Parts: sequence; structure tokens; C-alpha cells
Amino acid sequence: MSAEAHDHDHGHDHEHEHHHKDTFITKYIFSIDHKMIAKQYLITGIIMGIIGIAMSLLFRMQLAWPEESFKIFNVLLGDKFAPDGVMANDIYLALVTIHGTIMVFFVLTAGLSGTFSNLLIPLQIGARDMASGFMNMISYWLFFLSAVIMLSSLFVEAGPASAGWTIYPPLSALPQAIPGSGAGMTLWLVSMAIFIASSLMGSLNYIVTVINLRTKGMSMTRLPLTIWTFFVTAIIGVISFPVLLSAALLLIFDRSFGTSFFLSDIYIAGEVLHYQGGSPVLFEHLFWFLGHPEVYIVILPAMGLVSEIMATNARKPIFGYRAMIMSVLAIAFLSTIVWGHHMFISGMNPFLGSVFTFTTLLIAIPSAVKAFNWITTLWKGNLQFNPAMLFSIGMVSTFITGGLTGIILGDSTLDINVHDTYFVIAHFHLVMGISALYGMFAGIYHWFPKMYGRMLNKNLGYIHFWITAVCAYGVFFPMHFIGLAGLPRRYYTNTNFPLFDDLQNVNVLITTFALVGGAFQLVFLYNFFSSIFYGKKATQNPWKSTTLEWTTPVEHIHGNWPGEIPHVYRWPYDYSNPNHDVDFVPQNVPMKEGEEVLHH
Amino acid sequence: MTSLLVIIVVVLLAVALWQLTKIFDLTQVGASSDDSQVASDNDNNIQGYIMFGFLAFIYIFTIYGLLKWGNLALHTPASEHGLLVDNLMNITWVLIFTVQVITQGLLYWFSFKNRGHKDRKALFFADSNKLEAIWSIIPSVVLACLILYGLYAWNNIMFVDKDEDVVEIELYAQQFKWTARYAGQDNVLGKANVRLIEGINTLGVDMSDPNAQDDIVVTELHIPKGKKVHFKMRSQDVLHSAYFPHFRAQMNCVPGMVTEFAFVPTYTTSEYRELPFMVEKVAHINKLRAEKSIDLVAKGGTALDPYTFDYLLLCNKICGASHYNMQMKVVVDTPEDYKKWLSEKTTLAQDIKAAAAAEKPAEGAAPTDTTAKVIDTVKTVVDTVKAAVAKVAMK
Ligand code: HEM
Ligand SMILES: [Cu+2]
Ligand SMILES: [Cu+2]
Repeated sequence: MSAEAHDHDHGHDHEHEHHHKDTFITKYIFSIDHKMIAKQYLITGIIMGIIGIAMSLLFRMQLAWPEESFKIFNVLLGDKFAPDGVMANDIYLALVTIHGTIMVFFVLTAGLSGTFSNLLIPLQIGARDMASGFMNMISYWLFFLSAVIMLSSLFVEAGPASAGWTIYPPLSALPQAIPGSGAGMTLWLVSMAIFIASSLMGSLNYIVTVINLRTKGMSMTRLPLTIWTFFVTAIIGVISFPVLLSAALLLIFDRSFGTSFFLSDIYIAGEVLHYQGGSPVLFEHLFWFLGHPEVYIVILPAMGLVSEIMATNARKPIFGYRAMIMSVLAIAFLSTIVWGHHMFISGMNPFLGSVFTFTTLLIAIPSAVKAFNWITTLWKGNLQFNPAMLFSIGMVSTFITGGLTGIILGDSTLDINVHDTYFVIAHFHLVMGISALYGMFAGIYHWFPKMYGRMLNKNLGYIHFWITAVCAYGVFFPMHFIGLAGLPRRYYTNTNFPLFDDLQNVNVLITTFALVGGAFQLVFLYNFFSSIFYGKKATQNPWKSTTLEWTTPVEHIHGNWPGEIPHVYRWPYDYSNPNHDVDFVPQNVPMKEGEEVLHH
Repeated sequence: MTSLLVIIVVVLLAVALWQLTKIFDLTQVGASSDDSQVASDNDNNIQGYIMFGFLAFIYIFTIYGLLKWGNLALHTPASEHGLLVDNLMNITWVLIFTVQVITQGLLYWFSFKNRGHKDRKALFFADSNKLEAIWSIIPSVVLACLILYGLYAWNNIMFVDKDEDVVEIELYAQQFKWTARYAGQDNVLGKANVRLIEGINTLGVDMSDPNAQDDIVVTELHIPKGKKVHFKMRSQDVLHSAYFPHFRAQMNCVPGMVTEFAFVPTYTTSEYRELPFMVEKVAHINKLRAEKSIDLVAKGGTALDPYTFDYLLLCNKICGASHYNMQMKVVVDTPEDYKKWLSEKTTLAQDIKAAAAAEKPAEGAAPTDTTAKVIDTVKTVVDTVKAAVAKVAMK
């Protein structure tokens, strides 16, 4: 299909939109159009997000009011897991596990990258579609299938996977150890295997598309930073996801075929198991070889979106375009050699701990460069506070707050005492969870007109941002303190430790913020779904942006541009260029006679 | 759970419906469109001020947090290396706070200051090698210092000198309890493997190993002040993590391998209880417990016991449904008290002999199974009671 679309580049005049007769099925369901696939990713991601966040609210309620009876627990979890409305301890762990899995993989990996890579790569590089539309479609449907399987695991008799999203064996391997490690874990593994296949297809497609299908004049150093981050993210994904797949497969072997890759010398439920010679630490290595790059898979696209939105709304070039690219590359490279910082006290050789401390703290350097470049981009700008811009600034803010505590966790000496406490929860939610979520929201507010041809309501956007911003700090900032008090994560209740009695008020406060913040996401949902139908019609380039996607018609057509694909003559950040009177010069505007390039 | 299913089905239906109605979209050609949903100067102004307000919120919330919750954080370390850890931690905190205050200040200040206006023109400022160099080099230098200090501390803490005079103790983890084994007179732990678990030999100690003859198994951990204690950790089932927050010590327990951690306790339990911050903390906790007890009693429950501080060993790696209640009391004694306490304990070898004598017809593993079951039942009963009490407490 795309090859066919490509032939149109070469000078035919016929209208693309009349070329194929789309049925409902090919248009809305098994679509191979990247714009429709992007929307499918987005809607699926939003639904998973609702489920994932709702779960966190449930277990937060349990933590604030331990073992209290709530009707809603009984309604949602049933008599088995919440008899009389009191949450059971095993379902608590299941909720934590599935919350983490859904948020990290289904919302912030597939939902974020899937949506915006699909939407923006062809539009911003000037391509008619992805390199392989068919593979793209398969990628989405595999993702959908994996989501369905993950959700179906909630209905397994013994409960869903409960060993934490990190599924460390032996806990995840032995149903005797926790009920969720039976059928629930099997479904988790199957779901993730399919998810990985989907992700690989998507990533390969993104890589090939960026390399091969750029329009004339779109050199790599004229790519918007969005494309750079999607491209690099896809590369990290291709390198690291297969390793998780191998870990999952080996775990399946251990669970079902009696091998001993990860298990050894186990005595449980009154008997010695036959496993001999394996090591759970090996699993941890394999898991985190993906797991750490995964957090960059989550955050890099958000960084790209934020860079793009900031430049547009600051009416200024992004500061240090090349430095931004270099830092993305540096982060990507370093991200593959720091996984051991999750394992300082796993029992691995302490010498390795030293090495990983070194590489981990190195990552702070390109991260600092990015943060300073964003801040400088705001300096002497002419800031247009559209909701997307608010979320972008919010993202930089939470990324800094969360990133700074990484200096503690990345230092093996300091990690000894805060490892696996609420300090870690505070850190990664701010630096990865909330930051990436803000990036995703920013992207949605900014490109909604491109996706749906209509505008989101800005006032609802403002309300959404400010309440979310206050609540996000309200939830995660106090968590640092209870973490420093030594409170372990993944505890169903702290009532067995009088030592932690003085943390209870803080937990109540956190949960209150979480409930309010959660409730206000409804404002976003309302805005999103009602604007699809009733939003103000968008103009072609509402944010006065320079990139190519705003040169396509508001109405979606196959092949994106009705006529020829525009050529590119300049970099994507010619905002307020002193050589021009208007404050933005789109990439497809040729250089004026004698116009100088004003940037590196 | 079925209601969750219902909800999901409803949501999926809604999506299907939405996709159906999308058929009617793309009819917008020629319809009017305007920029009313793009930020106006008025919006920029208001949002700019809110930006500034939010900066104030972050600062105030931070100060409030430090004042209100600052003293919740673990205080005086109870181990020698803990001082080193806390020192590095404090240095790092100073750095973090400085950077946080400055960068957030700049971020929101610039946002406020440069809020858009139609008469403004942004400055075209695309790059500056000098600035880029500054903010690559400064973090590099600062981080290099932190790394050096960190690695120095790490090597000091993690590498146990084999010739040093240490107290050898095995920590044994299983769902959901801790057991400790002392090496005895010879200060060498006997070999062990889960395949040798039998009867009251619940740690699988190899009783044919001469080093095992004087090993002592206990369920409350006593360690001597001022001596290096070398823990060797084992787990019999899943991963656990031996977490001693007050000693700044933690190490995972991994089935199939032995992990280790060593530290020197510097305060006996009673000394640590007397530290002013601890007196205050315990008083505060007891005030909270007393308030809760009034509620409890009013509802016909029993009052909570007053709390006295004890060092604890917690499990800090998810290990199953009752992970949240896997703990062991740790007592730091003076060396004399420690010796005395240990000398009163019987060795595992003696225990096994006694058990065999008490139970003429040896029956293999059966007895422990039943005791374990009884203990479990008692535990569940206790848990349920506790749960009920807590529930009442929460009105
Ligand atoms: C962007 C959104 C979010 C992401 C990416 C995210 C991700 C995660 C992950 C990966 C975990 C670890 C699960 C595990 O330990 O197995 C987790 C746990 C947790 N999440 Fe979230 N989360 C998000 C939103 C929230 C929200 C809105 C709350 C509300 C308070 C929340 C509260 C928590 C808490 C308290 C835990 C720790 C539970 C425990 O381990 O004991 N999260 N989350
Ligand atoms: Cu990591
Ligand atoms: Cu545990």
C-alpha cells in the first residue's frame, strides 16, 4: 500500500482520497492509515489509563484507611477479594502489579509512543504513510490483543499476577508462593510476549520510515526533535525488548517445563522442589536490561513532544537543537549500560555495583543539559500559554524534581537504605510516570486538532492542568518523607509496625490528593470525548507552527497531502527569525534570496 | 470482579459506538472555524500569574514538608558505616535542594516574565556553545565528586575483610518469617541446604558437618555493640530482603545462594531508646496510639499497647501475600549481655537430640508440619482479631 502511495510522489495528479473505496471495516477497524492507527492507539491507551489509575486509587484507599470496609471495594473486586468491602492482602498486591504493568507498558509505552510516532512520523517527515501500513495495522491489533489478555487475567479464579510488575522469580514462578502466580501469571506472560511482538513491529516500522521516507530536503539535522526522539526510542526498543522476551520465555520454561534457569534449592509448602542451579539474579539482569531502557522508552518521546511544543509556544527556536540531539543519543546509549542500579543489593558482586554507580550518575549530565536547554528556551520568549504549553512546562518541572532524587538512588551507597521504599515510588512516579503523562497530555492538547479536526476547550484544559499539577506534587512529594522513614513499598498495611504509626496522617493526605487528582481527570475525559464531536472546528495551523503536519488539510485524506509532498528548505525552529516579519517560517518555505542560516 | 467485567464491556461498547458515529465526521469542509480555543493575551496573562503562584506553591509546600515531616525520616544511624552513609546523603541533599530551588525558580519565573503578548517578539536565540559547555561541565565535576565519595563509601561497606574478628550470623528467610543461626564457639557456620530440612532442623543444617555441631538457632536477633557482625543470608523459597533501616543496612536473600552484609552496631537498644529524638518520636507515636485507643475503647474494643522502640529487621522484597508482616526484633546488647544471652541458648544439635528423645517413634518431617500448621492457624486468628480491632478503630 505504501509503496503504491509512494508512486504518487512522482508527478501524478489524481486525488488520493478518491483512490480507494474504504469500507467501515477498512477505515475504522483494520485501517492501514497511520492517522487512524494513531487514534486507535490513543483511545486504547486512554482506556487502559483509566483502568490503571482507578486501580491505584483503590490501593491508595487501602493504605490510607487500612482494612476499612468500603462498599466500592466489594462492588469492584467481588466477595472473594473484598469480603464485606475489606480489601484482601493478595488482591492488594495484584492491583499494585497490574497498575504498574498497565501504566508503564500499555499507557506510557504503547499509548504514548504508539499514538504520536504513528501520527507524527509520516506527517512531520513528509511521507504518505508508514513504510509498511500493513505491519503497522498488525502491530496495533497485537497490542489490542495483549491488552485484552492482560485485562482478562483479572478474572482468573486465583487472581491476576501479583508478584509486582517486575515479576521476579521464584515468586512469579511458583503458584505455591502466591496464588497470582498460577494462571494469572501465565496470562501476564502471554500478554507481554504479544505486546513485545507488537512493539517490535511498530519500532521497526518507525525506524525504516524515518530512514527511508523523508521528503526532499528533510535531512536528519532538519528533523523536528519529536522525530529524533521517536527514532531513538524505537532503536532502544528494538535492542532491549527482545531481552525481556527471552526472560519471559525462560520463565515460561521454568514454570511449565521444569527447567531451572532462575530457580534453585527451593523448599516451599513442606517439600523440596527439584530445581537446581538456576539463579533469580540472572532474571533480574535480563529484566532490567529491558527495564531500565524502558523508562527512557517512556520518557524520550515525551521529551520530544515537549521540545516541539515549547518551541512553538515560546515562539522561539528550541535552545541548542544539536545539543538536544546529542543528549538524546547519549541518554540512549547510556541507558543500556546502567540496568544494574536496580540491583545494588541483589547479591551481585559489589564491584559491579561500583561500575553501575558510575554509569548511572553519568546519565545525569545529558539530562541536565536537556533541562537547562528547556529553561533557556523560555528565556525572552513570547510564551503562548495554551494547555499543551502548560503541560510541557509542568513536565520539565516534574522531570527535574524527580530526576534529582535519582542522584540518591543511583548512588549504590545511598541506595542501600532507600531501595524498595516509598522514596523509590516518589522518584519514579515524578521522573517517569508524571513527566511522561504530562508529555502525553501536552501532545494530546497540541495535536488534537490534527487528529480530530477540532479544538479541545482551552478553559477545561487549564482547569485540568492546574488541579493535576497540584495533586501530582501533593501525592508524590510527601512520599519522599515516608520513604526516608524506611517505609517499604508493596506493603498491604503498615499497622503491624507501631514504628510507622506517625506516617499514617501523611498517607491519608496522599490518598486525598490522589482521589481529587483522579476525579479531575474526568474533566479531561469529558473535554476529549465531547470535543471530538462538538469541539470548535480547527483551522489548518492553529498554533502557527513550522512543521509539515500543519501543511496537510484539516480533513484527513489517504496519503496526507492532496498534491505533491512539500519540500523542505529549513530547520523546524524558525520562530521569530529576525530575517522575517512573521514570527514563524514553515519548513516548506524556501530560503529568501541571500538568507543566512542563523543556527548551528 | 464481575462488575469490573461489566464496566469493561460497557467501555468497549462505548468505543464501538464512538467508532460508528465517527462515520459522520469529515463533514467539516466549509464549516466555520476560528481561533477562540487558542490562548489569547488575556489567557497568557492569567496563566502567567498562576505560573508564578505555582512556584510559590512548590516552595511553600517544600518548606511545609520539611518542617512538618522532616523529623519522620530516619535519624541518627545505629551503625558505624551509617555515619558515612548519612554524611554522603546530607551532602547530596544540599546539592539537590540548591539545584531544585534554582531550576524551578528559573523555570516558573521565566514563564511568568515572558508571558505572551501580541506586541512582544521573542528573541531568536538558537544556541551558545559557551552556555552548553557550562552546563555540561559543572554537573560533570559535581557528579565526579559524588561518585568518588560514593565509591569510597561503598567499597568500605561492602567488602568484608576476611581476617577481621567478626561475629558470624546466618539470617534465614522464609515466607513470612526470619530465623537466625549463630556460628557458636568455632565462629564457623556449618554447611546447610534446603534438601536437608527435616523435623526441627528447619534451616537444613548439615548435622554431619563438624562446624555445625555448636550452631545455635534462634528467632530473636541479638547482636553485640561495637563488634562487626557479619550476616550471611539465605532464603528457602522466594526472594526476600533483609532490611535494617536503623543500621542503614539491606541485602536481598536469594534462594540458591548466600549473600552477605556486615556492620558494626554503635548503640545498644537501651542507649538508642534514650536518644532525645527517639524519646520524642516514641512520645509522639504513643500520643497517636492513645488517641486511637480512646476511639477503640469507645467502640468496645481494647486499647492499643503503648509502644517502646526496638530495632527491627523488615522484609523489603515482595515475597507473598503476608510480605507486609515479615519482621524480626533485633536487640543490640553490650558485649557482656550478648555473651550471657548466647550462652543460655541450646545448640541445634542438642535441640535435635531432645526432640528425638521426646518423640520416640521418629516420624520424619511430620511433626514440624503440624506445628507449623498450628502456628499458622494461631497467626491467622491473631491477624483476624487485629484486623477487626483496626477496623473498629477506624470507626
Ligand atoms: C503516570 C501514571 C503512573 C504510572 C506510570 C505509575 C506506575 C507505577 C508503577 C510502575 C508502580 C510499581 C508497581 C510495583 O511495584 O509492582 C506503581 C506503584 C504505585 N503507584 Fe503508580 N503509577 C502512576 C500513577 C499513579 C497514581 C495516580 C497514583 C496515586 C497515588 C499511584 C500510586 C502508586 C503507588 C502508591 C504505588 C506503590 C504501591 C506499592 O508498591 O506498594 N500511581 N505505579
Ligand atoms: Cu533504571
Ligand atoms: Cu517479604
